[in-house]
Amino acid sequence: METIKNYFFTDMGVMLGRSMRHILRSIDTIITVTITPIAIMLLLVYVFGGAIKTGTVNYVNYLLPGILLMAIASGISYAAYRLFIDMQRGILERFHTMPIARSTVLWGHVLTSLVSNAISVIVIFLVALVMGFRSSAGILSWLAVVGILILFTLALTWIAVIAGLSAKSVDGVSAFSYPLIFLPFISSAFVPTRTMPSIVRAFAENQPVTPIVETIRALLSNQPVGNEIWVALSWCTGIMLVAYVLAMRTYRKRV
Amino acid sequence: MQKTAIQVKGLKKSFRQLDVLKGVDFEVEQGSIFALLGSNGAGKTTIIKILTTLLKQNSGNITINGFDVASKPANVRQSISMTGQFAAVDEILTGRENIIMIARLRHLSNPRKIADDLLKSFGLTDAADRRASTYSGGMRRRLDIAMSLVGKPELIFLDEPTAGLDPEGRIEIWKIVKELANSGTTVFLTTQYLEEAEQLADRIAILHEGSIIVSGTFAELRMLFPPIKVEYIEKQPTLEEIFLAIIGKKMEEK
Repeated sequence: METIKNYFFTDMGVMLGRSMRHILRSIDTIITVTITPIAIMLLLVYVFGGAIKTGTVNYVNYLLPGILLMAIASGISYAAYRLFIDMQRGILERFHTMPIARSTVLWGHVLTSLVSNAISVIVIFLVALVMGFRSSAGILSWLAVVGILILFTLALTWIAVIAGLSAKSVDGVSAFSYPLIFLPFISSAFVPTRTMPSIVRAFAENQPVTPIVETIRALLSNQPVGNEIWVALSWCTGIMLVAYVLAMRTYRKRV
Repeated sequence: MQKTAIQVKGLKKSFRQLDVLKGVDFEVEQGSIFALLGSNGAGKTTIIKILTTLLKQNSGNITINGFDVASKPANVRQSISMTGQFAAVDEILTGRENIIMIARLRHLSNPRKIADDLLKSFGLTDAADRRASTYSGGMRRRLDIAMSLVGKPELIFLDEPTAGLDPEGRIEIWKIVKELANSGTTVFLTTQYLEEAEQLADRIAILHEGSIIVSGTFAELRMLFPPIKVEYIEKQPTLEEIFLAIIGKKMEEK
């Protein structure tokens, strides 16, 4: 056992190197992931934006957090896909018969998901800048935003791991992400919740996207975050822990 | 004095209600080729998965290169290599990168040199820097086996190594397996093809309905079963012989 522990970081490095090649050689996945959120951003800002009353001057500032979450929600479906392919091709089995730190196999996939989502998020940030996004946030607020986005990505990635490990076909593997992609629409991500019918409003105000979006929005516009940040963090860590436990259980069962 | 590479005693495994292995016993000598023969669903892959630490047995004792599979899986993994039923190569990586990745994961020094050597001996040098997704079935299989040989494991498991290959590809794999055994590696393979077992194996075991019904050398098996009778039959070339003869001629013309 001693020798295996020592190799954790070496093995992790190899897994990460493999992942980076995957990401760099499939730039089309980054394009696929970012194109829909960017299109929705353009549509909302330049078509519907004039009619939406958010109480803020700059609508791009208002909607960007929701767009980012949407991109992450669609980006993580590729984590599920990559894991599924590895399992189907027997690559997971190959790794498991080798003297490596087994946990690096899944963590490699999780880190890949973080890196590729980070690239998507940066791309969308740049597009938003061109569209007029401005922020007065200081370095600490930016770090907090980055932290929350990482936490959100991790939480969803562990859900993706469950999906990837339990999928039966390539077609089914990304289906789980569709509802996640649309969650921002039924939240305060693009329009304030106050005009929604009461049932919808109750859902919108109590689902995870709303506190996360409002926290990021507050941080980026230098507003006090209030309690929302704690609600957001609890959602993210809560989802992450539950998904992690379930993912590990599925992993042990499947492999 | 031959040492034992694999020792299996009273191996049982069931999935829920289904008893797949009902007490399997066999031994494999070091440096030999052992073929496990059986029809689809006989439990061949289950045995390989248990021997390679992918699955846990319900009962029975298994020792691989002197290490107990259940209590010392890490040591077992150090000394074995598995080539599964489907070529487990990373299609986005090139052939060279695939081998280098495995060499790094086995914590070997000089992965580049290892990759160069293996690519050369498997006739993949020209394709080394192409993505594995562009490889033919036979090339993928060769790369797959090359990856399994990284670090020169003492014992290599091949689960139906020639399934889905054309006759030429199959003969190529046979050649590789024979060379492996000549160099002292123990080879454990499963197959559905009787001919493959006959061609390659020093010892053959037949798995049927969850237990080994017979095992021995090919000569021993031949003694056991249908009594020898002399018949005169016209020897028709098989389609395989015809195919190989034509291909062989083509190669000569070139």
